[in-house]
Amino acid sequence: MTGMRMRPAERLRQLPVYVLLLLYAIVIAYPLLWMVVSSFKSSSEIFADPWGLPSTWLVQNYAQAWERGISDYFINSVVVTVLATVATVAIATLCAYGMVRIGGRLANAILIVAMGGLVVAPQVSLIPLYRLLDAMGLLDTYWAMILPYVAFRLPMAILLIRSVFLGIPHELVDAATIDGCRSLGVLRHVYLPLSASVLTTATVLTGYFAWNEFLFAIVYIDADVLRTIPAGLMSFRDSLSTEWGVLLAGLTIAALPIVVVFIMLQRYFVAGVAAGSVKG
Amino acid sequence: MKSTTRAFGNALYVLPAIALIGLFVYYPLGANIVFSFFTFRAGNGAMEPAGFENLARLFEDPVIRTALWNNVLYAVASIVCQVFGSLIVAAWLTHLLGRRMGAFLRSVYFLPAVISMTVIALLFTFVFNARGGLLNELLSSIGLGHLQAAWLADPDTAMGAVISVSQWQSIGYVCMLYVVALQQIPQDYYEAASLDGAGRIRQFFTITVPQAKEMIFVAMILTISGAFTVFNEPYILTKGGPGNASQVLATYMYNQGFFQNQMGYASAIASLIFLITLLLSIVQMLSFRSGKD
Repeated sequence: MTGMRMRPAERLRQLPVYVLLLLYAIVIAYPLLWMVVSSFKSSSEIFADPWGLPSTWLVQNYAQAWERGISDYFINSVVVTVLATVATVAIATLCAYGMVRIGGRLANAILIVAMGGLVVAPQVSLIPLYRLLDAMGLLDTYWAMILPYVAFRLPMAILLIRSVFLGIPHELVDAATIDGCRSLGVLRHVYLPLSASVLTTATVLTGYFAWNEFLFAIVYIDADVLRTIPAGLMSFRDSLSTEWGVLLAGLTIAALPIVVVFIMLQRYFVAGVAAGSVKG
Repeated sequence: MKSTTRAFGNALYVLPAIALIGLFVYYPLGANIVFSFFTFRAGNGAMEPAGFENLARLFEDPVIRTALWNNVLYAVASIVCQVFGSLIVAAWLTHLLGRRMGAFLRSVYFLPAVISMTVIALLFTFVFNARGGLLNELLSSIGLGHLQAAWLADPDTAMGAVISVSQWQSIGYVCMLYVVALQQIPQDYYEAASLDGAGRIRQFFTITVPQAKEMIFVAMILTISGAFTVFNEPYILTKGGPGNASQVLATYMYNQGFFQNQMGYASAIASLIFLITLLLSIVQMLSFRSGKD
């Protein structure tokens, strides 16, 4: 029974449910809206009149937030997210392709290794990883974030991509091989064109994870100039003390890219959720 | 000869992934268990064997009890809100609303799940502030001023406030999971049931719940293991305070390792977290197997 086919009396009976759903939407949307609106206010106005619109829209809050740290964090986030995502999807694609070619028990063993990786929570590895990165001289570099992000997101990416690769008909591979394609050529000309959708899903999911990751980013990075947005916002907050409008502008800048990406690529997020995998 | 080169070529495809997962996921996991039996500090200090000292301390430390209890509260709240609450919301979205409105609200509810917890937690400090915080302002404007509190600074309310932020962020996420599952249920089932005179509530329990059984289970495991590994929300909102009132296992581990510099003990706490998530995964795998038979 979809809403479309309901009689008016039935609709009326469901009114409390509609009200509840709407109220819940307000509970979710209002704080976010409040963040954006208040980011144009001065601290004293946020305090004196928390509900109203800004008397003057202080666009300079954004300029200030950008100059006082957010720009660095933003660039770091972009670099780390792009490198981690490209590496994850590329390495996972190669691995999934290798698994399909190997087949049999060995491929199953690799699958179990990957699935086991899904079970491990990053929290559990925090201290040994710290020592490992320290020994490798990678603490306080981009690599201290990129390498763990790639390693922890590979299992899910491999599982997603492999499941699509498995469905690609053998005849296509044979035909391409007869046409003289070598194994990398088969990957490029047969597998990749047929996997655009799952590759986008894997890219969106990995990018989302890397953009928002917090734990590794605060523990393995000490230098403020290397911090990504989620970690940098903490020191940004501390350095501002009471300039709330500027802080809220910083929060809005931090949230905006991922919200825009979500709105544009929503169906890939949904596909990722369906695979049970958005959250780290 | 040719098949060896082929096998070698195939191995090259999987090798980078296996090496990275092995070095950065599996090795630290094993090392952490070993570390639990040593005493050591950050930096290049020597590791001294400690026997079962760290593990024994887990049982004596009252903060561990507080933290575990808070993780349990987290799990209970998450099951009520995310596993059951989200299912009801998802059923309403799928069955009562038209396609467009349903999809729109679904996206609104999902929105917080894409935003970084740092942004959300810092935003909610404005909601929970004792003076001028949105929640207290709201309470006083609707005549419930006596309910005002210093939500994050009061040991009685800190944990509840932290948990509520998590629910606010995650209900829409699990809801999306459910909507995807509920859309797979054939419409005929509902039509047949309503011809038999079954009302909506009855249909929910006789069709929706059994048909979504698998997804409910997935959501259950996902939220419980999330509840026992949670770090970001309590760390950003309260740092586990006031006192240790909102300490959870992961924040306490971080605190012991990187502030108290007791890396061995912190590793033991991490091992405890691992044990809990491992048990959950085993339950998940066993029930998946039995579900397939």
